[in-house]
Amino acid sequence: MKKHLLAAAITLLAAGSALAQAGDTLAKIKSSGALTLGVRESSGLGYTLGNGKYVGFHTEMSERIADDIQKQLGLAKLDVKYQPVTSQNRIPLVTNGTVDLECGSTTNSAARQKEVAFAVTTYVEEVRIAVNAQSGITGIKDLNGKTIVTTTGTTSVQTLRKNKRADGLTFKEVMGKDHADSFLMLETGRADAFIMDGSILAANISKSKAPQDYKIVGEVLSVEPIACMLRKDDPAFKKAVDDSIKRQIADGSLAKLYDKWFMQPIPPANVKIGLPLSDATKDAWAHPNDKPMESYEVK
Amino acid sequence: MNWEWQVFCQDTITMEVGASCFGKGGDVTYLDWMLSAWGWTVSVSLLSLVIALVVGALVGTLRTLEGRPWVVRLGNAWVELFRNIPLLVHIFVWYHVVPAIFPAMKSLPGFVLVVFALGFFTSARIAEQVRSGIQALPRGQRYAGMAMGFSTFQTYRYVLLPMAFRIIIPPLTSETMNVFKNSSVAFAVSVAELTMFAMQAQEETARGVEVYLAVTGLYVISAFAINRVMAFIEKRARVPGLLAAGAGGH
Repeated sequence: MKKHLLAAAITLLAAGSALAQAGDTLAKIKSSGALTLGVRESSGLGYTLGNGKYVGFHTEMSERIADDIQKQLGLAKLDVKYQPVTSQNRIPLVTNGTVDLECGSTTNSAARQKEVAFAVTTYVEEVRIAVNAQSGITGIKDLNGKTIVTTTGTTSVQTLRKNKRADGLTFKEVMGKDHADSFLMLETGRADAFIMDGSILAANISKSKAPQDYKIVGEVLSVEPIACMLRKDDPAFKKAVDDSIKRQIADGSLAKLYDKWFMQPIPPANVKIGLPLSDATKDAWAHPNDKPMESYEVK
Repeated sequence: MNWEWQVFCQDTITMEVGASCFGKGGDVTYLDWMLSAWGWTVSVSLLSLVIALVVGALVGTLRTLEGRPWVVRLGNAWVELFRNIPLLVHIFVWYHVVPAIFPAMKSLPGFVLVVFALGFFTSARIAEQVRSGIQALPRGQRYAGMAMGFSTFQTYRYVLLPMAFRIIIPPLTSETMNVFKNSSVAFAVSVAELTMFAMQAQEETARGVEVYLAVTGLYVISAFAINRVMAFIEKRARVPGLLAAGAGGH
């Protein structure tokens, strides 16, 4: 009996992955007249305002990609559906066909490239250190013996581990359940430094009670290319997405979009994040590529 | 779905699969990490269980004392306090709010906190079971104790509690297993236990299915081990003819 159940489960799984592989997303979009976007509820590059409304730098960019695809396919109307995804379910939802294009804050990594494809890099995230402005910490060398917080389920934990090993530092590591929780540990003095993606640090600081009390200091600990994620082995769809992004870079609209979401007051609280375009991101725009984080070097 | 179980043999820094699945000389593989996380889960659970059983038995017993209304009220207040607040909220209140009021508590590590929070939370539920176990006994049992000239303490020690505990072993088994499953909230205050391992390792390796399956297996093994221990206790503690013979281990 048990063997039968196992066999049935394996058959189901096999059938599922076979379906997912037979993917021609452009044909699917054309026949259904709909494109499903994977969006984030709360991240630096995309978030929700509630009531099913999703905004942010990457969310708006992916809406423009959808417009370009609509033009390319000559559709009179393209229905854009929003599907919120999380770090845990984003890859399965892309591979099983629920989501056609995920533009959130997904790092392009070699491990993920085994399962999904990435469009050209549109944002290069820099992992930084946020501290209390009074703490006197100016870089990773000052973190010896300190307590450092980072968020569970992020690549920053790995970065921290690598730095710990490379610089021979000893520090106490605590992990927040989510970014808000991690920032609360910094605010309440349970941690001396919060190590995380620069955009997340900047956003948390800008939303805090006293933004002037915190600052982002020190060297860039790691750089990670962030890109839209799509199904593997679908070159036509990848080309359509890449072309749209290259078009947005070339005509300057992506830079304007960046300015809108990072340098101007944004909803819901109408506060500025104030994170200028980094050299790493400028470089990625100048030479569009889909290289994983493993081929990036910290300068 | 193609399985990639060698993900557990990967080093957590270089991401390379080593010859042995256990790291050497300070290197840590995902398997090493998962086993250490399992250790944290088991430690949190067992320590919380000890607190829960001791406090639960005490509070439950106090709530059945006759002629001591204030002691009973105190016991009721304890149960209602811990039963009416969700476990996760409990932990956050202890971790973030209480230290803001009493700064001395700031240095308390998350591990101690979660052991007490989970222990007290479960103690409220065990207290309720102990109380119902004692009250399920015929009133004649208490009078019999008094007729023997026993003090209140002796009546409980020799007459009421031995019977009440035998009656509540099945619900107590569920509760002890729940402690293991509820220990997953410990990750919220940065105890490096299994749930945190699962969230972190799946992010780093992108092999979520394998990681979650392994972690699920470890939770099942831990909770089921407790189930077997309780089934053994139930079998050994049974008084023939006194209670309906059950198979044990509910």
